[in-house]
Amino acid sequence: MTDTARYTRSDFQTDQEVRWCPGCGDYTILAAVQSFLATLDVDREKHVFVSGIGCSSRFPYYMNTYGLHTVHGRAPAIATGIATANPELTVWVITGDGDGLSIGGNHLIHALRRNVNLNIIMFNNQIYGLTKGQYSPTSEVGKRTKTSPMGSIDRPFNPVSLALGSEASFVARTIDMDRNHTIEMLDAMFKHEGAGLLEIYQNCNVFNDKAFLDLTDKNSRDSNRIWIRDGEPITFGADNEYGVVVDGEGARVVEVAKAGHRNIHVHDAGAPNPAIAFALSRLSYGPYGPTPLGIFRNVDVPSYGHEMENQIAEAQAAKGPGEMAKLIRSRGTWIVD
Amino acid sequence: MSDETLTDERPVPEQIDDVVIRFAGDSGDGMQLAGTQFTASSAMFGNDLATLPNFPAEIRAPQGTIGGVSSFQVHIADWDILTPGDSPDCLVAMNPAALKANLSDLVKGGLLIVNTDAFDERNLAKAGYDTNPLDNDALDAYQVLGAPMEMLTKEAVKDSGVKGRATLRSKNFFALGLMSWIYTRPIEPVLDWVDKKFGTDTPVGKANVMALKAGYNYGITTEAFHHTYTIQPAPLPAGEYTNVVGNTATAWGLIAGAEQAKLPLFIGSYPITPATTILEELARNKNFGVKSFQAEDEIAGIGTALGAAFAGRLAITTTSGPGLALKSETLSLAMIMELPMVVVDVQRGGPSTGLPTKVEQSDLLFAMYGRHGESPLPIISTSTPSDAFEVAFEAVRIAVTYMTPVILMTDGYIATSSEPWRLPDVSALPDISRPFASIQDGEEFLPYVRDPETLARPWAIPGQAGMEHRLGGLEKDATTGNVSYDPDNHESMLHTRARKIEALGKSLPEVEIFGEGSDLVVLGWGSTYGAIRTAVTRVQKTGRKVAHVHLRYINPLPSNLGAVLSSFDNVLVPEINLGQLSRIVRAEYLIDTHSFNRVLGQPMRAREIETKIYELLDQEVSS
Ligand code: SF4
Repeated sequence: MTDTARYTRSDFQTDQEVRWCPGCGDYTILAAVQSFLATLDVDREKHVFVSGIGCSSRFPYYMNTYGLHTVHGRAPAIATGIATANPELTVWVITGDGDGLSIGGNHLIHALRRNVNLNIIMFNNQIYGLTKGQYSPTSEVGKRTKTSPMGSIDRPFNPVSLALGSEASFVARTIDMDRNHTIEMLDAMFKHEGAGLLEIYQNCNVFNDKAFLDLTDKNSRDSNRIWIRDGEPITFGADNEYGVVVDGEGARVVEVAKAGHRNIHVHDAGAPNPAIAFALSRLSYGPYGPTPLGIFRNVDVPSYGHEMENQIAEAQAAKGPGEMAKLIRSRGTWIVD
Repeated sequence: MSDETLTDERPVPEQIDDVVIRFAGDSGDGMQLAGTQFTASSAMFGNDLATLPNFPAEIRAPQGTIGGVSSFQVHIADWDILTPGDSPDCLVAMNPAALKANLSDLVKGGLLIVNTDAFDERNLAKAGYDTNPLDNDALDAYQVLGAPMEMLTKEAVKDSGVKGRATLRSKNFFALGLMSWIYTRPIEPVLDWVDKKFGTDTPVGKANVMALKAGYNYGITTEAFHHTYTIQPAPLPAGEYTNVVGNTATAWGLIAGAEQAKLPLFIGSYPITPATTILEELARNKNFGVKSFQAEDEIAGIGTALGAAFAGRLAITTTSGPGLALKSETLSLAMIMELPMVVVDVQRGGPSTGLPTKVEQSDLLFAMYGRHGESPLPIISTSTPSDAFEVAFEAVRIAVTYMTPVILMTDGYIATSSEPWRLPDVSALPDISRPFASIQDGEEFLPYVRDPETLARPWAIPGQAGMEHRLGGLEKDATTGNVSYDPDNHESMLHTRARKIEALGKSLPEVEIFGEGSDLVVLGWGSTYGAIRTAVTRVQKTGRKVAHVHLRYINPLPSNLGAVLSSFDNVLVPEINLGQLSRIVRAEYLIDTHSFNRVLGQPMRAREIETKIYELLDQEVSS
């Protein structure tokens, strides 16, 4: 971030009327993203926002950058094409739990494992909003919706666990209500080269209100938000009375006083092996009870777009730039007089 | 066998105009290689030729069974030929299954070369023979020449360094050597190839050379093989030639298109038979700046292509029928976003997995109509393997000029077969580039304001300042491209997108009529070109009047097509499907057609079309 910002938030706003329901968490995320981009020294025309289908996927229409509102679930693939075709661009993917984990799950995991230079923001509201309230792949077991009147029997995905399982090189989680933390996470993802996934717990106040109450309610949030920070011991609670230990069984919450401060796990987001980050992601299966927020993993892996450019440079160095006249003769020729 | 040069004590060979030869054996017998090398020698020798490989769908079907038979047919001639031939004049059968699977195609009296070593009880049983056809009168209708190829190959390569069962791998070179003798082919091109591929000093290289020469010399020393043949070079137009396979020509045409459009090429594709080798050929040519992306699925193939198109690259995706179905949704998005892209559909037998390695003109109606909503796209097709170069180039031109996805249709036959191609002067290829959008200072960028002639919208790409815009699947306002739910705007946009295809039609060449008269015209598209042209020419030579019209452009159809077809009493439409072009023509022009449909997983045969032509002409006379 620079001190003398070239842009203001309004440079990133469009004249399109924003059409989310009043009170929707999407508004705060949009504002956070626009404010964040205004702080960057990146040309506005170098940003591309790509979305699929869903409430959150209207996002590109509201960003005064290049943008594509595409096909349900396919944004990671389409964005992969953009980022691979031109690695100079900053490509953002806007997706939701239905778009990114249900119909588009395949593209998401492949974009992550290839380490395409994408900033993927997953708006997780644990519900299908645009189609008016059906359970989603992150809805909790037992959730009653119009398509699950007796309660959902689907076991949900934990998006962070899924991303870590795909060996994503950057994985983080935040919550829409916390604008500063959201911007901090956006900034870290932007600075990271390669594929990043930021899960944002986003409140759908119409079809799934208060889904994140454990993490937002004044009375419960301090004892449920586990802030994880690189290089710091993981403790939480109003007086940091709780902590996380990691052992052969995985990660679990303990009382610091009982476990001893020196046994509290010190978070290492840069650990090459994603196993401990995965263990941390299993501390909760969703936003229920103590739940980690922050950067789970942030490692350097060469990005796909640059690797591909390197291969082209290598091929040109070895064979010289392509010549059509040579190519069509490459299988042998003969002359007819 | 020592490696002194072969002394050609050849009796005077019989001169023939053309011959169709089929090499057939187990998938593991190397028949594709033998056929390809025989073809290369014939090309070097100056013959015209056309080839037809035929693979089993299973990579490793049980050895020795009918299901595992692989074959390669080549037609060589001293005249300008258009097809790989209806039926072989000569069949090389490396085992009983190959004999059983192919014998019914061999012309009566044809030459049958058999690897007698493979005709043991086990192989006979696997092929379903109760008795050995070599020992009874089953093959009396043919000229049978047997050779114990396995024994002779083993003996020939014993000093090569290759040991044990591996020695038998060279038996295809033995067969190739023997065939080179019988048909007076030079073996030097094969020796060069072996040298390049394996090196003549390696055990495998040595074994192949030894087996090749042993086969050739077996012909010299065995009296039964002393009736040999020769086919003079064909009077092809002067120039430099290469023998090109259809998928390679397609890939090269796409690269040439990208070069002349001044756009880096991006291909996003998922492997699928028989399209995969286009992706492979493009991946091999990264020094042209080609970015080849092997996607996680067909949808991501076209998805990445769409993204690359938005980013200002020449976007390609390649597929076959099942993959085209998966791409359909994104193709509609590319259509409404009006982004340039070439979708190559190498058609194969359908529906579903169908006959994945076989040819069929299966997807014409799908290409025309297989999208949701009103979603018209240009469709263009290739007629021969070398034609694919020009057609691929043309597909790129249309995509970039009109800002639209284009469907380029080839098929499994064009994909894998080859023919001599007179190399074009690539430096004379036209410039087909179209500048990216530009605006004056302070001017508002309007992504949907069109070129009055082509109706193409401007192409502004990320990185260009001042032209930031959003594209989406929602209906767009006719100028700003912003989301619009206005009903009149929607209807008008549907018409505008349809008119864009009409605008393209106005710029396309009219169809040419080959032949004269008004009784009968044969209308075709795609790879049936050679068979139809051959059949029509044969009939014309008898003095009867029949014409041929071939379509390269299928959407939009050439502007004079309706008038041309109406000027004939009968329109015959041969297709390797159940009448898809027929339906389109009937719907478009309200004229009747005679559909002639053969859907056997094989290219259509000239003879069948010829018979049908006579049937219609004779009806005309008697009515
Ligand atoms: S339905 Fe829910 S997620 Fe969608 S806009 Fe309304 S509040 Fe937001």
